[in-house]
Amino acid sequence: MKQSITLERVGKFMGLGFLTTLKDLFTGNLEREDFISFLRKVIVPLASILLFIGLWHLGAKALFQREANFKIEKALTDQGQAAADDMKACIASGDVSCQPNTLPAPSQVWDSYKSLLKDHRAISDDKEAFIQKTATINAKREANGQEHITYTGRPSFIDQIIMSLKTVFAGFLLALIIAVPLGVLIGLSPTLRSAFNWFIQIFKPVSPVVWYLLVFMIVKTLLIYSNDDSSFIISFISVGLCSMWATLVNTAMGVSSVDKDYINVAKVLKLGPIQKVFKVILPSSLPLIFTGLKITLSVAWMVLIAIELLAQSPGLGSFVWEEFQNGANDSNSKIIVAMFVIGIIGFLLDRIMLTIQNAVSFNKNEGI
Amino acid sequence: MNTKLTTIKSPVLEGENGIIYPSANVMLDLNQLKKVYPTPKGDYVVLEDLNLKIMKEEFVTIIGHSGCGKTTMLSMIAGLNEITGGSISVLGNRIKGPGPDRGVIFQSPSLMPWMTALQNVLLGVNQVFPDATKAQRNDIAKYYLQKVGLEDAFHKKAADLSQGMQQRVGIARAFAIKPKVLLLDEPFGMLDSLTRGELQDILIEIWNKEKITAVMITHDVDEAIFLADRVVMMTSGPKAKIGDVLDIEFERPRTRKSVLEHKDYYTYRKHLIDFLEH
Ligand SMILES: Nc1ncnc2c1ncn2[C@@H]1O[C@H](COP(=O)(O)OP(=O)(O)OP(=O)(O)O)[C@@H](O)[C@H]1O
Ligand SMILES: [Mg+2]
Repeated sequence: MKQSITLERVGKFMGLGFLTTLKDLFTGNLEREDFISFLRKVIVPLASILLFIGLWHLGAKALFQREANFKIEKALTDQGQAAADDMKACIASGDVSCQPNTLPAPSQVWDSYKSLLKDHRAISDDKEAFIQKTATINAKREANGQEHITYTGRPSFIDQIIMSLKTVFAGFLLALIIAVPLGVLIGLSPTLRSAFNWFIQIFKPVSPVVWYLLVFMIVKTLLIYSNDDSSFIISFISVGLCSMWATLVNTAMGVSSVDKDYINVAKVLKLGPIQKVFKVILPSSLPLIFTGLKITLSVAWMVLIAIELLAQSPGLGSFVWEEFQNGANDSNSKIIVAMFVIGIIGFLLDRIMLTIQNAVSFNKNEGI
Repeated sequence: MNTKLTTIKSPVLEGENGIIYPSANVMLDLNQLKKVYPTPKGDYVVLEDLNLKIMKEEFVTIIGHSGCGKTTMLSMIAGLNEITGGSISVLGNRIKGPGPDRGVIFQSPSLMPWMTALQNVLLGVNQVFPDATKAQRNDIAKYYLQKVGLEDAFHKKAADLSQGMQQRVGIARAFAIKPKVLLLDEPFGMLDSLTRGELQDILIEIWNKEKITAVMITHDVDEAIFLADRVVMMTSGPKAKIGDVLDIEFERPRTRKSVLEHKDYYTYRKHLIDFLEH
C-alpha cells in the first residue's frame, strides 16, 4: 500500500502519471473507467510513436528513390547508358560508394546507434589498455617530477555526451550564481530595477552566436598568456550568459510580487531586512525562481549545441558538425542519433528540474 | 443584571470648555482622522472627521456598508496605511508605522505556507522576545497554539491546514506577540458558520484571559453583538465617519444561548439593522 502511494507520488511529481496506470495493469487493479485512461495514456502514445516511425520510413524511402533516380539520370546524361546501368546496379547492391545521401530510414539510424555504442566500447577498451600500459611509466615519471602521459585518442560518442553535459552544467551554475542574487536585488529595489531594465531588455534577445563571439573576444584576451585550451571556458560562459535571462527576470518578478499579505505580516511583526528577505521574500518567490531555472536549463541545453559547434569544444555540437562535414555514408544517420539523444536528454533535464520545483514549491501544482 | 438600553453612550472624556483630555483609560484614540486616496479621477476622501476612543480591555466591533472604509481605518490603526490627516494614538503616543503593540488578524489567514504552524507563531515570538531562550520562545508559541486547539498540529505545514485551522494559527500568532491592541478585519468571514462559532468562543476566551483591547470589523450583526462591549457603526462613504455607537450591556462570560434569549437582544439587533438599512 505504502509503496504504491510512493510510486504514484513520484510518478505525478515527475509528470509521468501513466506509470500508475501501467502498474495497475500489471497488478490487475484496473477498473473499467481506468481502462479508458489506460488507452489514452499508454496505447495512444505508443500508437503515435509507431505511426511516426512508419511515416518517417515511408518519407525516407521516397527521398531515397528521388535521390537515386537523380543519380541514375545524371549518369545517363553525363556518361551514357552503360554508366547509368552501372549506377543502378551499384545502388541496388547496397554498395557504400554510390548510396544516395539523404534522410536515413529508421532502421539505418538504429544501426548507427548500435555502431556508435560499439565504437564507444572499443575506444574505452583501448583507453583502459593504454592506462594499464602506461601505469608503470607514469609512476616513474611522477617520481621524477615529470608530467603524466595521457590518452589523446579520439573521444567516443558517449564521451562527447558527457562533455556536453559538463558544459551545460557549468553554464547553468554560472547562470544560477549570477542571475539569482542579481534578480533578488533587482526585485527588492525599484531603483535597481529601472537601472537594469534597459540592460535586460537589450541583452535578453541577443542570439547565442553573438554571445559566443563576445565571450570569445574577452576570454581570448584574458587567457592570452595561457597555453590551455580555452574552448571549454568560452563555451560554458557563453551558455551561461545566453540562458541566465529567464532566471533573472523570474527571480526579480517573484521577489517584487510577493503576496501583500506576507509583506504586511512582516511589517506588523517588524522583521528586520535580513529576516524579511530570508524568511518571507525568498521562500515565497522560490516557485518562480525555479520556473526561471527550469527555463534556463532548457535554453542552456538548446544553445549548447550551436555554441559547441562554433567553439570547436568537444561535445554533441561538434559531433554533429564533424559528421556533417565528414559526409561518410552513415554520417546522416549518426546526426539523427545525436538529434534523438539531444532531445531525450533535454526532456530528462526538464523532468529533473520539474521534480525539484515540485519539491520546493508549497502550493503543489500538477506537473505539466 | 443591568438591562438598561442605552444608545450613543460612548465614554466621552470631555472636560470643561469641550477640551478632550487624554485619559488613563483610553487605549486607542482616533482624532479627526482623515484618509484620501488619490485616484485618476481626482482625490477620493474615504474617511473624514472620524473620532473614536477605545478603552483599555474593551472589545469593540465595527459594522458598516461594504466599501465605507472599515478596512482603511483598521489598516491605518495597524500602521500599514498612511494617515492623511488627524492622528491615531496608542496610550497617548502617536503611532508611527506598524509595530507589535498592535497585533493584526487578517481576513485571509496570511500564514507563510512553507512554514509549520509552530514556525509561523515563532516568527512573531522570536521578534518580540529576542532575549528569551529558545525553549522559552517555543513554550510561548506552543501555549497559544494549544489555546486555539492545535496541540496536534504544531509541525504541520500551514499549506496543509484547513481554512479554519489556518485562522486558528493566525489567532495564536497574534496573541503570542502579546499586543496591547488586537485588530481583526473580518477574521471569520471566509469560514462556515459552525467553525465561525467555535473560533468566536476561542477568541473571546483568550481575549478575556489576556485582558487586551480588541477592535474587530464584521459584517455579521449577531457576531457584532455577541462579541462586543460596544458596536460602532460607520456611515457610508465617501467621507465616512462614526455614525452611531451601541453599548451592549450583557454580562460576561456570555453564552450564545443566554445572549439569544436575552430580552434586549432583539432591540440591539433592530437598532443595528435599522442603521444599516437607513
Ligand atoms: N489603495 C486604494 N486606492 C484607491 N482607493 C481605495 C484603495 N483602497 C480602498 N479604496 C477605496 O476606498 C473605499 C473603502 O475601502 P475599504 O476597503 O476600506 O472598505 P471596507 O469598508 O473595508 O469594505 P468591505 O466591507 O467590502 O471590506 C472603497 O471605495 C475602495 O474602493
Ligand atoms: Mg474590508
